[in-house]
Amino acid sequence: MTASASSRAHVTGRLLVLPGADIDTDRIMPARFLKAITFAGLEQHVFADDRAAARAAGLVHPFDVPAHAGASILVAGPNFGCGSSREHAPQALLRWGIQAVVAPSFAEIFAGNATTIGLICAGIPPEAFAAIAADASGAWHLDLDALTLSRGAQHLPLQLPESRRHALRSGEWDATGLLLDRYDEVMRVDARLPYFFTASRNA
Amino acid sequence: MAGTLFDTVWDTHAVRHLPNGHTQLYVGLHLVHEVTSPQAFDMLRARGWTVRAPHRTFATVDHIVPTRQQSRPFGDVMAETMATALEQNCRAYDIPLFDLPSGQQGIVHVVGPELGLTQPGMTIACGDSHTSTHGAFGALAFGIGTSQVRDVLASQCVALPRLAVRRIDIDGTLPPGVTAKDVILTIIRRLGVDGGNGYAYEYGGDVIDRMSMDERMTVCNMSIEGGARMGYVNPDATTVEFLRGRPYAPQGADFDAAATRWLALASGPDASYADRVRIDGSALAPTVTWGINPGQSVAIDEPLPDPAALRGADAVSVTEALGYMRLPAGHVMAGTPIQVAFIGSCTNGRLSDLRNAAAVVRGQRVAPQVRAIVVPGSQQVRAAAEAEGLDAVFRDAGFEWRGAGCSMCLAMNDDRLHGDEMCAASSNRNFKGRQGSPTGRTLLMSPAMVAAAAVAGEVVDIRRWTR
Repeated sequence: MTASASSRAHVTGRLLVLPGADIDTDRIMPARFLKAITFAGLEQHVFADDRAAARAAGLVHPFDVPAHAGASILVAGPNFGCGSSREHAPQALLRWGIQAVVAPSFAEIFAGNATTIGLICAGIPPEAFAAIAADASGAWHLDLDALTLSRGAQHLPLQLPESRRHALRSGEWDATGLLLDRYDEVMRVDARLPYFFTASRNA
Repeated sequence: MAGTLFDTVWDTHAVRHLPNGHTQLYVGLHLVHEVTSPQAFDMLRARGWTVRAPHRTFATVDHIVPTRQQSRPFGDVMAETMATALEQNCRAYDIPLFDLPSGQQGIVHVVGPELGLTQPGMTIACGDSHTSTHGAFGALAFGIGTSQVRDVLASQCVALPRLAVRRIDIDGTLPPGVTAKDVILTIIRRLGVDGGNGYAYEYGGDVIDRMSMDERMTVCNMSIEGGARMGYVNPDATTVEFLRGRPYAPQGADFDAAATRWLALASGPDASYADRVRIDGSALAPTVTWGINPGQSVAIDEPLPDPAALRGADAVSVTEALGYMRLPAGHVMAGTPIQVAFIGSCTNGRLSDLRNAAAVVRGQRVAPQVRAIVVPGSQQVRAAAEAEGLDAVFRDAGFEWRGAGCSMCLAMNDDRLHGDEMCAASSNRNFKGRQGSPTGRTLLMSPAMVAAAAVAGEVVDIRRWTR
């Protein structure tokens, strides 16, 4: 596998709208499902507790709406992904089939984790978010080249930091190869650091 | 324009600017635990890479360890599998592991500082959002995800966007009963759970200057709950004295040289900040959360918000939180019944926290309907507490005295809430389901407040605690 696996600039598909601000990563992936040494199967548990709570209340969680099966773009409220740094949260969304999350804002660690695995996190102005919440039906196209989320003639603007956009478009979202490149420069930094650890492990 | 500590440390560790605008940042200390690392080691092997700097990598086991019965194999098969995977990975790559037999095991953010691994001027990464704790020493410390753990293992670097620095001054003198926990809960409430997005928080002012290292760690720990990936305090004499004699800190003349270097890192009086906030510490009150994120807090005697008086998204959030917590609008938190009390976590599981809680419960009894546990942040904290008899104080009062770990903060071991139990907790997150029951309810507060709540069976205004 190479560092630049593939560009992630376009997603076409249906939307899944998840209302509410400050959706934390404990809700996306409750901690008990982190008891594993791989990410395999996490998609089965995405929003497990919220979905169960909805069922218990006689409601249907957006991830259980039959028409949402196969949706590829998640539309969520502001500060999506706050809390824990668990990459299990974006991994579960990606494995469920979500290729892009669109929200007014994202928690920083979540957005970084998502980008590192090729899951797009794109910002959207509040008024565009409201327009989607009102009617999300049909097929949409997310375009990081044009920075738009479109349905037919309707084009909503997207925003994301140029660094994340560049990483996703160029296919360099998996950064390890980049970090190992020109390693002599890394060694120079290591050599100039004024600290290192000398205590024995029995200290 | 003079730089901040952030600028100095960032620039010292910057390898180069990457084409995407991120900085390739060298990681001086990488801390590893069992939950977020196994997949990273697997990816490393799959790509034929190795651990680049095992001498800058240290591991411990904290999230999944049982705190009652710790003999191996653990009763929980998956916990045993995760502990074993960490042990195998540490052996394979020559990474020091502070495991249960070591006497140095504990929550990674308690262990790093107490061993003197955490030092001013470092960059510190760990696959855990509360890595911001280590910023209390004047380090740039930040949580990363598992793919970035892989990056650090393979390259000892991360790719990160540079943060802006917000200076937060806490002036004045904290009134009696008001602690570091109340300070950070107030900061998060004022600036919002996403207010720190894109920022590193630099904490200062009279209140922070007078704080112990334990208290500064409590403040920096919860930076991430305000959206700030990093939070730090400039190093001073308190920092230096804390580190003197710690096993992994420099020793002898090296220590004096390091101390001089550390003190020189502090942001100067003319440092330039992207933003400044001032909070009057003298006006703070004991604070407790009432909702489902750490920004939803009130002073202990302040009525809860009424969604009818709010608009739009705020009304929706407050309605959802009150509904989940089953608390009425206008309710005052003092007097709210609890069923569980949890003292511990990387926020408030250090020796001084246990002392503060023990001072409240000494000679008292936990209310009959309350299940109360004390989980020291590390084996060393536990041993030090036992050396001064704190375990007996807690046990005599009816608390369970446990082994070290993350425990009921996130309930990855068998310590958890049941049903919709209400828990007074000294930890850091009150998210829905956080403490292991999908309907469990968490009230965040200081360790002394948790202790008082355990005894009273209800939330207490610690300022009026007169038993």
